[in-house]
Amino acid sequence: MYVAVKGGEKAIENAHRLLAEKRRGDTAVPELTITQIKEQMSLAVDRVMTEGSLYDRDLAALAIKQARGDLMEAIFLLRAFRTTLPRFASSKPIETTKIKAHRRISATYKDLPGGQLLGPTFDYTHRLLDFALMAEGELPQAEVCEPQDEDLPRVTSLLNAQDLIEREQATDDEPVSDLTREPLDLPAGRDVRLQNLARGDEGFILAMGYSSQRGYGNNHPFAGEIRMGDVEVVIEPEELGFPVSIGDITVTECEMVNQFKGTEAEAPKFTRGYGLSFGEAERKAMAMALVDRSMRAEELGEEVMGPAQDQEFVLYHSDNVEASGFVQHLKLPHYVDFQGELEMVRNLRAEQAEKFRKAGE
Amino acid sequence: MNQGPTIEGYNFAYLDEQTKRMIRRAILKAVAIPGFQVPFGSREMPLPYGWGTGGIQVTAGVIGQNDTLKVIDQGADDTTNAVSIRGFFARTTGVSTTERTEDATIIQTRHRIPERALGKGQILVYQVPIPEPLRWLEPRETETRKMHALEEYGIMHVKLYEDIARFGRIATSYDYPVVVNGRYLMRPSPIPKFDNPKMHNMPALQLFGAGREKRIYAIPPYTDVQSLDFEDYPFEIQTWDENCALCGAEDSYLDEVIMDDHGGRMFMCSDTDYCEDRRSQGHIGPLGTPQAAE
Amino acid sequence: MTNHTPLLSVQGLGKNYGPQIGCTDVSFDLWPGEVLGIVGESGSGKTTLLNCMSAQLEPSRGKVVYDTRMDGASDIYEMSESERRLLMRTDWGLVRQNPRDGLRLSVSAGANVGERLMAVGARHYGDIRTVALDWLNKVEIDQDRIDHPPATFSGGMQQRLQIARNLVTEPRLVFMDEPTGGLDVSVQARLLDLLRGLVNRLGLSVIIVTHDLAVARLLAHRLMVMKNGRVVEQGLTDQVLDDPQHAYTQLLVSSILLP
Repeated sequence: MYVAVKGGEKAIENAHRLLAEKRRGDTAVPELTITQIKEQMSLAVDRVMTEGSLYDRDLAALAIKQARGDLMEAIFLLRAFRTTLPRFASSKPIETTKIKAHRRISATYKDLPGGQLLGPTFDYTHRLLDFALMAEGELPQAEVCEPQDEDLPRVTSLLNAQDLIEREQATDDEPVSDLTREPLDLPAGRDVRLQNLARGDEGFILAMGYSSQRGYGNNHPFAGEIRMGDVEVVIEPEELGFPVSIGDITVTECEMVNQFKGTEAEAPKFTRGYGLSFGEAERKAMAMALVDRSMRAEELGEEVMGPAQDQEFVLYHSDNVEASGFVQHLKLPHYVDFQGELEMVRNLRAEQAEKFRKAGE
Repeated sequence: MNQGPTIEGYNFAYLDEQTKRMIRRAILKAVAIPGFQVPFGSREMPLPYGWGTGGIQVTAGVIGQNDTLKVIDQGADDTTNAVSIRGFFARTTGVSTTERTEDATIIQTRHRIPERALGKGQILVYQVPIPEPLRWLEPRETETRKMHALEEYGIMHVKLYEDIARFGRIATSYDYPVVVNGRYLMRPSPIPKFDNPKMHNMPALQLFGAGREKRIYAIPPYTDVQSLDFEDYPFEIQTWDENCALCGAEDSYLDEVIMDDHGGRMFMCSDTDYCEDRRSQGHIGPLGTPQAAE
Repeated sequence: MTNHTPLLSVQGLGKNYGPQIGCTDVSFDLWPGEVLGIVGESGSGKTTLLNCMSAQLEPSRGKVVYDTRMDGASDIYEMSESERRLLMRTDWGLVRQNPRDGLRLSVSAGANVGERLMAVGARHYGDIRTVALDWLNKVEIDQDRIDHPPATFSGGMQQRLQIARNLVTEPRLVFMDEPTGGLDVSVQARLLDLLRGLVNRLGLSVIIVTHDLAVARLLAHRLMVMKNGRVVEQGLTDQVLDDPQHAYTQLLVSSILLP
């Protein structure tokens, strides 16, 4: 006699308990603290903030702990939390010209005003596993120069002064869209595209940028400038009528200098791509700048040859929270639809067998 | 009767009032244009995209303190995701929940329409993975939007023609496309085609939410809903040779259950409430046991 | 539709690409049952002109006025997009140079022919199939191939299928862009015979763009010769080819290889 299995609710509760146990691991080992994650896994925190679209190091660290180190899961946690937050104000655009740079480099000039400042980078490390890190110990002090007082001039401004590069200007007076509030609508303006890339999955954007370099729509990029450092966030509440700084955030900004383009009215100029991320997420900012420029292919009259140049393809598949949800939803029961398919296939096979049988008579 | 939300620090039904208002506006537009996909600013919810966030946002937009909520997945109240979603609403709203179709004011469903006919005043909320019926034939959103606006649906019939030419019949068994109110082509979500006729002239309000794709659409009560077909190849629903082994029902959608390693199988109602109700009224199938009357 | 209104009236049509002229200053009238050939070398602007006339490309100047069944003479660029698209699916045909651009390659031949019928409401599978079989016959494609996708057809067969797909809704005006391009000489000849027969039997108006004067001679009543975006000569086909007035036309005609 068949008894239908019930008890899904209990099963779920137990699964959650087991998850919490696994998260904690061996209780003889000290528990990971939020501060430890914030301090010693700061690049993970940076990624979670960038793709979670929320600048809060503590919350991002908490999400990472709760997610057992699964960064996409942590990003999801942060996004879901963001949904519940009330909006007080929109800030003014951050002024990266006034950045207090910890790192600033350019590949297009050997030397430039403000200098090449390496900062804390993996770039020139030799990727040899350092077994000394398995023990805990003292670190040698690094030599750090005084933070500069003047604004660091941009490479793009230097090129601008000679009229060699296109200027970034808004093409209309429309207010800036908010991708977290309105659904994506195509054709998408540059503001929406940049927002989509900023919160898009680093792996996906990296792959798209990489594909453009490999020939799927090359646009000859040069790293004009990468700067990483702290900027003020400023709001101007209506009641006050003057701007107020509400704190500093760390950002990484990348400006790519790309294939030049002219029209019959204008002489050729370099074109640009732009990338921005929270914290030190440099790879993400660079990939974003590549893809930003690639997606302008049609606007710039270039032949669309690769997926990185296809706005619809990039914008619809960049969000790892969406992607992860849909891919993993296949785990949900689909037995009712599958039953329909089973029945369809069985019937088709029966009909065909019948046809062959009749033909044989 | 509402015991109140049990979760601290969140608004009733999780979403803030502005967001709920935005969702309701989208629903009103959808009801005004039956079958038309209305874009809406879908939010990240505590459940993943693809797992019912659209349905959840629609339910959160319409649910009130005095509602009674039923949640089903594959027709059953106790599948894990139905349990999870029902628990979510219990925590964030405190509304009564039920497994009985006739007692519910809001029914959120994945992949089935309840067997028992719904009545005036009930709301059926469907979870939709892919809202766009033309998506398989035309991947571009900019193009499909135009096709809907200009009622250019020829390509959908081409697909059906191909099925008949290739298989001798229309080969779609679920998520079978329909025309709503004689105008918009719509996907009913992956319900089996068996359920399509229930959508036609239903006294209840039918709302469809796609969270990841960010679309809401609706069928107002008593609206004309026709499944696509050809005059000489009319739309047909699935039938079984067997009846439900537990309650003997002849007219419900049946799940196949594998009993042993030798291919032994039995069939039972996918709609668990319907099946239990029948058994409580004395209808017992060959493998069923008498239920105590509720 | 009266006898006094041309089916298509092109007035001062021109298209620029930046400072570059695609085509300019084109005006003519086309009457029911007429075949107009537009000839010239590549770069002459004939394809640009065809695209502007057939609503594929918005012109920079001028008008294209079509005598619609319901509303009489209408400027196609003043119509709504919806009306234009409907026109292109019913009253007009567009046969592209590469049949792959004008067919659904992975869908059966029958569905390719039946699509336009289904788009305007045909709902009886058997009837649609009958019409499709009939058209396959008319364009000399073996009826056994009705369920095969055109990806499996030869170039000539694909082109004939494209023609059937366009003609099934009995359009009054058909645009053709190098319909015999890329085909073998013998296949071309067969296709031209077919086209001539269909044009005569169905009373179609056709605008055909070609660089091949032999094709023009066989199909067109009238010719327009283009060079550098302008019409340098026009008139009855035989007159233009046998007694060319403009130096360029003379050059073109004299470079035909004699059999």
